[in-house]
Amino acid sequence: MSGDAADADGDSRTTPEADSRPLPGEQPGPDEREHPEGRRNLEGIRIDPVLEAEHESRRAVISALVEDEPGVLARVSGLVSRRQFNIESLTVGPTTVDGHSRITMVVEETDPGIDQIEKQMAKLKPVISVGEVAGDANTSELVLLKVEADDPAAVHAVSEMYDGRTVDAGPETITVELTGDKASIDNAIGAFERFGIVEIARTGPTALARGDTPTAPGEKPGTAGEPTTHDD
Amino acid sequence: MSDTAAQPRSDADESDDASADAAATDEPTDPDHEQAAGPVSTGAESVVAALEAAGAKTAFGVQGGAIMPVYDALYDSSIRHVTMAHEQGAAHAADAYGVVAGEPGLCMATSGPGATNLVTGIADADMDSDAMLALTGQVPTEFVGNDAFQETDTVGVTRPITKHNYFAGGADTVGDTVGEAFELSRAGRPGPTLVDLPKDVTQDETDRTPGPATPPAGTDPDPNADADAVEEAARAIESAERPVCLFGGGVIKADASDEARTFARSFDIPVTTTMPGIGSFPEDDELSLSWAGMHGTGYANLAITHTDCLIAVGTRFDDRLTGGIDTFAPEAEVIHVDIDPAEISKNVHADYPLIGDAGRVLDQLTVAVREAPSTEAWRERCAEWKETYPLTYATPDDEPLKPQFVVEAFDEATDDDTIVTTGVGQHQMWASQFWTYSEPRTWVSSHGLGTMGYGVPAAVGARVAADTMGEEDRDVVCFDGDGSFLMTMQELSVAVREELDVTIAVLNNEYIGMVRQWQDAFYEGRHMASDYTWMPEFDKLAEAFGALGLRVDDYDEVAPAVEEALDYEGPAVIDFHVDPEENVLPMVPSGGANGKFAAAEDQL
Repeated sequence: MSGDAADADGDSRTTPEADSRPLPGEQPGPDEREHPEGRRNLEGIRIDPVLEAEHESRRAVISALVEDEPGVLARVSGLVSRRQFNIESLTVGPTTVDGHSRITMVVEETDPGIDQIEKQMAKLKPVISVGEVAGDANTSELVLLKVEADDPAAVHAVSEMYDGRTVDAGPETITVELTGDKASIDNAIGAFERFGIVEIARTGPTALARGDTPTAPGEKPGTAGEPTTHDD
Repeated sequence: MSDTAAQPRSDADESDDASADAAATDEPTDPDHEQAAGPVSTGAESVVAALEAAGAKTAFGVQGGAIMPVYDALYDSSIRHVTMAHEQGAAHAADAYGVVAGEPGLCMATSGPGATNLVTGIADADMDSDAMLALTGQVPTEFVGNDAFQETDTVGVTRPITKHNYFAGGADTVGDTVGEAFELSRAGRPGPTLVDLPKDVTQDETDRTPGPATPPAGTDPDPNADADAVEEAARAIESAERPVCLFGGGVIKADASDEARTFARSFDIPVTTTMPGIGSFPEDDELSLSWAGMHGTGYANLAITHTDCLIAVGTRFDDRLTGGIDTFAPEAEVIHVDIDPAEISKNVHADYPLIGDAGRVLDQLTVAVREAPSTEAWRERCAEWKETYPLTYATPDDEPLKPQFVVEAFDEATDDDTIVTTGVGQHQMWASQFWTYSEPRTWVSSHGLGTMGYGVPAAVGARVAADTMGEEDRDVVCFDGDGSFLMTMQELSVAVREELDVTIAVLNNEYIGMVRQWQDAFYEGRHMASDYTWMPEFDKLAEAFGALGLRVDDYDEVAPAVEEALDYEGPAVIDFHVDPEENVLPMVPSGGANGKFAAAEDQL
């Protein structure tokens, strides 16, 4: 083969003394070379020395419309854990379209991280469409809260204050159902703490975009009941 | 998958001609159902019919209980089955077959251990984005979940290492599932897919012939990049002073080597490649700087470090390429062409993202760049780096045979279309550094996963692919290390049985050499578990397998042995006893700056 580096000079490796090219030990070291000043941050973005902006992580709600096939939840949760995304909650439930489910995930990530979650999710075959839900979307979570029943009247009062509903009342415990956004739920839980919380179960938030905005891109609002096609 | 499978016949469009014909000939099939293959009687036959219809010519695999119905159906098939010694070998052979042939490789195994033995090969294909379909047997559906004999949750195990995997649901649909999985593996960004085949599904009767195979909706993306984005990128290229192309494995997978060459030559832009991108651009071209990364050339790494415009095509910016991300092309605006949107700005921020097929987007760019950037001074600088930091090695009389010399000797003795396969380690680096590649699909290696033992089964797959394409004259050379060879050398028995003309060059340094090199550089020379002086005599072992076995210790024995092995019609193994102390250089220490590569050991 004539493309050989040594052959190009008419030399042969069998006579190394005829090769005038510098051997590794004769080549300049790292300190003898010129190096650029520029740098990138950990996300691979060039750092602008004037306008250096590090990405802060933030809470984002990701909604995905998925085909309800076996293993779809395992695919999504496996992806999240394998790529080390910080996830706060994940809920899944059916839609009005047969065979379609909606997954709502709350994540704590930087903007590039959120972008990666969306793109990696979109690559999963059962995922029909996925995207971050707009900040003004309606988000709501359901909580079942079991507290000690020492003072039923006080429990009832706090429950009323947070629009809660008593779903079970016994001699030992009272169970209250609450719905609302994260802030109001957190406040309510804080208020119930003084009774002694025995057990708590939270669904994690679900979300729908406001008005005509699709919750996940490519979804057509107002077409529930019709099959949703893949967004090309 | 076709939704019509379950449709009762009476629901079909009565006015349909096909329906009338079907009724007239009393075809027992769904009239709406377009057939892609001949009649079948079982799920297994449907699987094989789907594979034949999709164009599969060759399968690599190992028999076993749960996959027996599919093998039985292969008995009457046009598909050639190559029995491998171990399922890992089947997966690697299928992977390499796919790389060389440019179509999905096909491997098969039974349930349980058969499937888990495929796992390394599937993961390897996944990391290197190689199109491959794995078919695994599974215990009958009613036993799934009961921990039955040879049961493994194959779909669960392979979920993170496949593009998508399927659990076959029934005899009527299994053919369509297999066809879809085959097409999906090569749609968009390629990757391995798997279909798990419960024995009842393949054994059950069906008369439903699989339909034409298509990838699932939404998985075959638009090959063209957004026109405005192309224009913006073109302006960036025009105004660049120090542009560099970085061609990755995606250029080869997209069969875009011609477009890549046209683009770089049209505008006189120097070219580096990634390791999987080797062969996308001829390394003896004046514009070529060879490949960049941990053991890439000094000049490629310097060009990447100093460029102000990096035109990266079909690369995922692996850490072995970038070194420390903080110092990677720190002054470059990055134009990133990729078919997978998730690769854009994953590791390196793309200033100009171009999502599309490598060849199509390079064509778009070639048209869009109106004025070539003036690169003369920059090319001169690159040429100086080439002179200052050439890939060389010393050959003192008092030191043993140098492995680099062996690679060069093979390169000299073979044609440009020779296929090189490798294991993983020092020998792999020398095979990529000291061989001058000029054609795509001639470099077949394990990049992302770094699988020791890839070389021999890959040589089997590559040879079978070349023979299948009618290219019997091409040479297949496998460079292997002593450690890598010991991991999969049982596949030599397959090469002997199938009379495959492959030459295996074991660069035997009686070390797991890359580890030994790192121990010397970073672990104070403490050679823990890297000393492989216990290696068998590989030449005798080769003879025992029925192959030609040769041993070489000195420089003057190299050329005659290479000639004898290449001339030999059949598998040949040369055990080259090379300098155990030789190191792979240059080297960018893990996480270091590419521009600060060590040219010699004392610079580490």
